[in-house]
Amino acid sequence: MTMKWRGWALATGVLAISAMAQAAPPTAAMLSNACAGCHGTNGGSAGPSMPSLAGQSKEAIVDAMKKFKSGARPATVMGRLAKGFSDADFVAMGEYFSKQKLHPTTQSLDAAKIAKGASLQEANCGRCHIEDGKEGKDDTPAMASQWLPYLQIQMADYLSGKRKMPEKMEEKVKPMSKQDLDALLHFYASVK
Amino acid sequence: MTLDRRNFIKLLGGASSLALAACAGTGGGLSGPTGGRRVVVVGGGYGGTIAAKYIRMMDSSIEVVLIERNDHFVSCPFSNLYIGGLMKDLSPLTIKYDKLTANHGVKVLQAEVTGVDAAKKVVMTSSGEVTYDRLVLSPGIDFRTEEIKGYDAKSTPETIPHAWKAGPQTILLRKQLEAMPDGGTVVLSIPLAPFRCPPGPYERTSMIAMFLKQHKPKSKIIVLDANPDIVSKKGLFLKGWKKHYQGIVDYRPAKKVTEVNVDKKTVTIEGIEDVKGDVINLIPPQRAGHIAVVAGLVGPDKNWCPVNPTTFESTIHKGIHVIGDACVAGAMPKSGYSANSEAKACATNIVNTMNGKELIDFSGINTCYSFISAKEAVEVTGVYSVDKAKNAIIAVPGSVGVSPDLSEIEAIYAESWLKNILTEMST
Repeated sequence: MTMKWRGWALATGVLAISAMAQAAPPTAAMLSNACAGCHGTNGGSAGPSMPSLAGQSKEAIVDAMKKFKSGARPATVMGRLAKGFSDADFVAMGEYFSKQKLHPTTQSLDAAKIAKGASLQEANCGRCHIEDGKEGKDDTPAMASQWLPYLQIQMADYLSGKRKMPEKMEEKVKPMSKQDLDALLHFYASVK
Repeated sequence: MTLDRRNFIKLLGGASSLALAACAGTGGGLSGPTGGRRVVVVGGGYGGTIAAKYIRMMDSSIEVVLIERNDHFVSCPFSNLYIGGLMKDLSPLTIKYDKLTANHGVKVLQAEVTGVDAAKKVVMTSSGEVTYDRLVLSPGIDFRTEEIKGYDAKSTPETIPHAWKAGPQTILLRKQLEAMPDGGTVVLSIPLAPFRCPPGPYERTSMIAMFLKQHKPKSKIIVLDANPDIVSKKGLFLKGWKKHYQGIVDYRPAKKVTEVNVDKKTVTIEGIEDVKGDVINLIPPQRAGHIAVVAGLVGPDKNWCPVNPTTFESTIHKGIHVIGDACVAGAMPKSGYSANSEAKACATNIVNTMNGKELIDFSGINTCYSFISAKEAVEVTGVYSVDKAKNAIIAVPGSVGVSPDLSEIEAIYAESWLKNILTEMST
């Protein structure tokens, strides 16, 4: 069944050239599918420390990727991975994930904290994290149904100063107690 | 050799009315005409499950038959944690295929593939012949045991495990470690690269050392590496061994094991130096999974399958695509995440080809975690694309790198990595 060396080389060359000539640059789906190994199919995460990308706005994705690339947002793998893509790639990925339905999660959450968080969010966060965090104003990320451990890791990075808060967020977050913040995260994690 | 009725119904997962309807429609089940829309995927691991699922997600008018010899799959990634005692059993690493059928209509045939006729477009299996329009092989690896004197492919691993395919071998190695007396010696033999999972042997070293430190502190592990140096994440592994396993890990580079003596429990390096172990974990040199060799898909090196870097179609046989560890994917390492990315690009271009649409260039990612201790992990990542001039997959400059240090947060991310990638493969 094996081919002689000359036949093999010939087949290699001919097939390769014909395929290469036709191929178009990676599409939004090609770029985004590669993310799904860690962020879940269509950006719906099953891993509690990884965010869902499904339902994020294009602006939020582009902003996050640019900040990962520049190092402005702390990261482990994302800082390096972002360097592998162009700004145009970020826009394509952002458009792709913004078209996916928000990914509902089932988590064990504290009902009292959810209720407390619900009352806090309206007065403090609702102007940017609109629709109970299902959407975000401009490049504000959607928070609804994100995994609680992911939200807690991000909040810890904000509070330690590793991740820089937007000015308006800082004004609201600074006066809040740790219990208040934890309640807010429970609330957002609960929204479906 | 047609697919018999019992197996055909089994294949459709109990959906017998559907099975009968399909039988009536095609006349001869899977051995009959395909209607021009059938992709057969061989191998239900990191590559095959994803190729099957994504083809169906992209175009549900294409029939996809996934052929796998087992009714489940056990992940190699994270199996070192089981060996080190961090997992009670292999259930967190085990997936089944029923939801690929329920959610995506992937037909799963549990059978052993014995041959491929590329000209007739037929796969021979233990349950009969299956015809295809496009074939995707994701067969993983097999071992070049003939290069180790004294190694019997069937009987040697029963006492000297490789544990490089997860499952019973993984369990055997852990049992041997548990049974070993304190003060014993573990010998781990690493083959010359390329092999499945470049950082895997060094993670295994770490996990075995962790087990010894905790349970058998007078014991040690001798690592015989055929390579001139640690193949992946070198600085991080050395740092971790110094921090946690000083006096336990005895790493010896450029020590190629060429012979094994099962009765004496020794391995021999280049025919001159014997090393004895109470437990021997001999990882033999590797090549593409057996079926890829049988199908004549390996290149001039006789080990790995050359493919087109855009479509993953074999450069030897048209209509057959090879993904995952078995293929030559340029700069991409032989990892589970690479197989996941390759599968999606392959699926995209198979669907586009079958629908008369243009091909799309490959863009893929690799992310690969290794545990150093119970709570610390490290990773390597990279973005990969096609270099048209070289006609090969290359790493995008600046994207490839490793963790700056041992890290507890990376261990937390690693656990979510596993959860996500296994969920993606099984739902």
